[in-house]
Amino acid sequence: MSTTTQVSKTATKSRRPFHLGRWFRDTGWRHIVAVVLSLFALFPLAYIVSTSLKPFGTLTGSNQLFQEASFASYTRLLSSSQYPFKGWFINSLVVGLTTAVLAVFLGALAAYAFSRMRFKGRRTGLLTIVLVQMFPQLLAVVAIFLLLTKIGDIFPAIGLNTHAGLIMVYLGGALGVNTYLMYGFFNTVPKEIDEAAKIDGAGHARVFFSIILRLVAPILAVVGLLSFIASMNDYVIASVILVDTDQQTLAVGLFRMVSNPNYADWSQFAAGAVMAAIPVVILFLFLQRYIVSGLTAGAVK
Amino acid sequence: MTNTSVETPTPHSAPEKRLKFQSFRIGPLVIKIVLLSTFNAIMAFLMFTLASQGSWGLVVGAAALTIAVDVIYLNKRMLPAKYITPGLVFLLIFQVFIIIYTFYIAFTNFSTGHILDKDDAIQSLLSQNQERVPDSASYPLTVVDGPNGLGFLVTDPAGDALVGDAETPLAPVEATFEDDKAVATDGYTTLKFADVLQVQDQVFNLVVPVSDDAADGSIRTLDGSSGYQYVSNLVYDESTDTLTNGTTGEVYTDEGNGAFESPDGAQLLPGWTINIGFDNFERAFTDSSIRGPLVSVMIWTFVFASLSMLFTFALGLFMALMFNHPRMRGLKIYRIIMVLPYAFPAFLGAMVWSGMYSTSFGFINNVLLGGADIPWLTDPTLAKVAVLIVNLWLGFPYMFLVTLGALQSIPEEIQEAARTDGASPWQVFRQIKLPLLLVSVAPVLIATFAFNFNNFNVIYLVTGGGPRIADADIPVGHTDILISLVYKVAFTGQQRDYGLASAFSIIIFVVVATVSIISFRRTKTLEDIH
Repeated sequence: MSTTTQVSKTATKSRRPFHLGRWFRDTGWRHIVAVVLSLFALFPLAYIVSTSLKPFGTLTGSNQLFQEASFASYTRLLSSSQYPFKGWFINSLVVGLTTAVLAVFLGALAAYAFSRMRFKGRRTGLLTIVLVQMFPQLLAVVAIFLLLTKIGDIFPAIGLNTHAGLIMVYLGGALGVNTYLMYGFFNTVPKEIDEAAKIDGAGHARVFFSIILRLVAPILAVVGLLSFIASMNDYVIASVILVDTDQQTLAVGLFRMVSNPNYADWSQFAAGAVMAAIPVVILFLFLQRYIVSGLTAGAVK
Repeated sequence: MTNTSVETPTPHSAPEKRLKFQSFRIGPLVIKIVLLSTFNAIMAFLMFTLASQGSWGLVVGAAALTIAVDVIYLNKRMLPAKYITPGLVFLLIFQVFIIIYTFYIAFTNFSTGHILDKDDAIQSLLSQNQERVPDSASYPLTVVDGPNGLGFLVTDPAGDALVGDAETPLAPVEATFEDDKAVATDGYTTLKFADVLQVQDQVFNLVVPVSDDAADGSIRTLDGSSGYQYVSNLVYDESTDTLTNGTTGEVYTDEGNGAFESPDGAQLLPGWTINIGFDNFERAFTDSSIRGPLVSVMIWTFVFASLSMLFTFALGLFMALMFNHPRMRGLKIYRIIMVLPYAFPAFLGAMVWSGMYSTSFGFINNVLLGGADIPWLTDPTLAKVAVLIVNLWLGFPYMFLVTLGALQSIPEEIQEAARTDGASPWQVFRQIKLPLLLVSVAPVLIATFAFNFNNFNVIYLVTGGGPRIADADIPVGHTDILISLVYKVAFTGQQRDYGLASAFSIIIFVVVATVSIISFRRTKTLEDIH
């Protein structure tokens, strides 16, 4: 990688007045390696941003980075009759946000019960919920497909080819690792707070909605974001359930655009990819601090 | 303990306060009543529909669920259940039930051509293989447009008018006659000859069943003004459960293979779904054109998941060690850069890499490698390297963040103590940092392994599982992992084999469960040591 060595050379030159050898042994080499790794991390992203700014894109045309800056591909994609990109975008947002909100709500309800109430089978229940997830939903994709086909025969509104159906399938995973994460966080909120509220006459529902939910907001944000990203990223279940092009999500739709990379309109895809990625990346960078702490607690992307 | 005090307001609370909260509870009560009645209405409708279809097992299941939910929410007690039930219902249907359903499908021949039940399959066969009744009379016929699209208004030999379309069989109607031919009837518009010409393809392809029983045949037309009766050349005999071909005289019998078969073994499709016991599993383990690929896919799945975990952990750990240095500047900037691949949606990352790998036009060959001609995605070994690189790119930021966090939480005093005792930096790392790090990172490593074991996107969106294994009987490629294999067997290719795919799912589940139990025990011993 010729670019890397150049960067490192200029970096060394500017530091020349200092004791070069010692600096290099101490932190200098670390910077060189860090720059190399930064390039590894960045070049696919730079490539896709650059490609999206080309007016017409085959793969070959995309190889000169940042030679042109035109928004032609963006407008072409947004006005495309072949690919309903705006629809996909809205579908993804609707499915992702609804799933996130409902998953957080269902998970928080359960976590509240597990954390605040004592009942028979509490520990077993908590363990079972986590263990059931050992059989990932993905593996049952055939059963999901056939089940939704049958549901659709009776209730077409929540059957195959509907967003409601897809959201319901995603909600099957609402209790699970997320509940466990939330349960841990709920336990850190002192019980004295809800006991004080109860003495003042607040019922269990009031304690939950107006006290607990506010105190655990950070974990709700993390779980919400994780389930939003998970449903954005899902290809398998979405591609099986959403049959019509108009109903599909970004993952399914965008893959159709590049299913044959050599002949695809590559800059149009890149424009779509950039637009699809921006909300997620921004959200992610905003909530980064919470996510990292949540992740170290054991969740995976 | 707590829940009883919640339901009955404590006697010490002041009366006006109790009043305040009681008036507050009217809103929730209304919501509760509305939600519960909606739920009950939906479930009642569901049960009626299921009962009319004769699915009594599901009726019982739905009834049990309805009663359970009603009991839980109309009861003053059972407070925990009130909170857990909403999520639990989804868990039971879309997590537990589908597992059971997967087991059920794995023991059937559910696949293209075996989707119907037997009665529907017979009806379908009878309506498919129809021929014109030899020397039969022609029926005067008028093409009409009705609620279900085009239909036929037919005059039978007795002079009565009948109307029907592709979906509804012929039924008697009152009609206006012209020269003993019915030409118009209420609710339908008669098509003029010129109109018929416009849609002649549709008219010639229109098949109107004579009655609900497919054995009675159907009416078709060749000219738009006279119709002929077509009946199946197959005749179904209920007493012997056989289909006989009237033209060739061949007799097809049900030999228990989910389809009617002639004596020489030729099957009439569509067949129907039957329970076939362990046949799918037997095929997976004994049919060499399936077993070979299945075994290699299984090995590759483990290799892929382990190497992905190892490489991302190694790079992440290396970076964390490198950055965790007192005089290192710019950590914040590097951190934001490194986190970008993680923030970028993974499915898009996979697709972008797939384009960059293109042999003749891709960025990697043409720019990074100066015009090389490396077949990244078409050579079996290189394709495996390619997906590992993609997964390294997608995964190392996460490992970096996690190991950096874990490294920073190791107390500085321990390391200093070791240094004072004369330990070399390598010894400090190998004997103090790494063991402590592994304890806190072990669950993450296991989770990463489990995640990559089913990392469908990185495989399917980058290589599509390809390059294809040539001599396999199922659509499978060299980079396919188990989950993409299941997907491809069930949903791609001409023969969709749901039964076999479900059998694969169960094999995977058994393998994963075994591995998890073993590794769970291992980590337990690891924790015991420290």
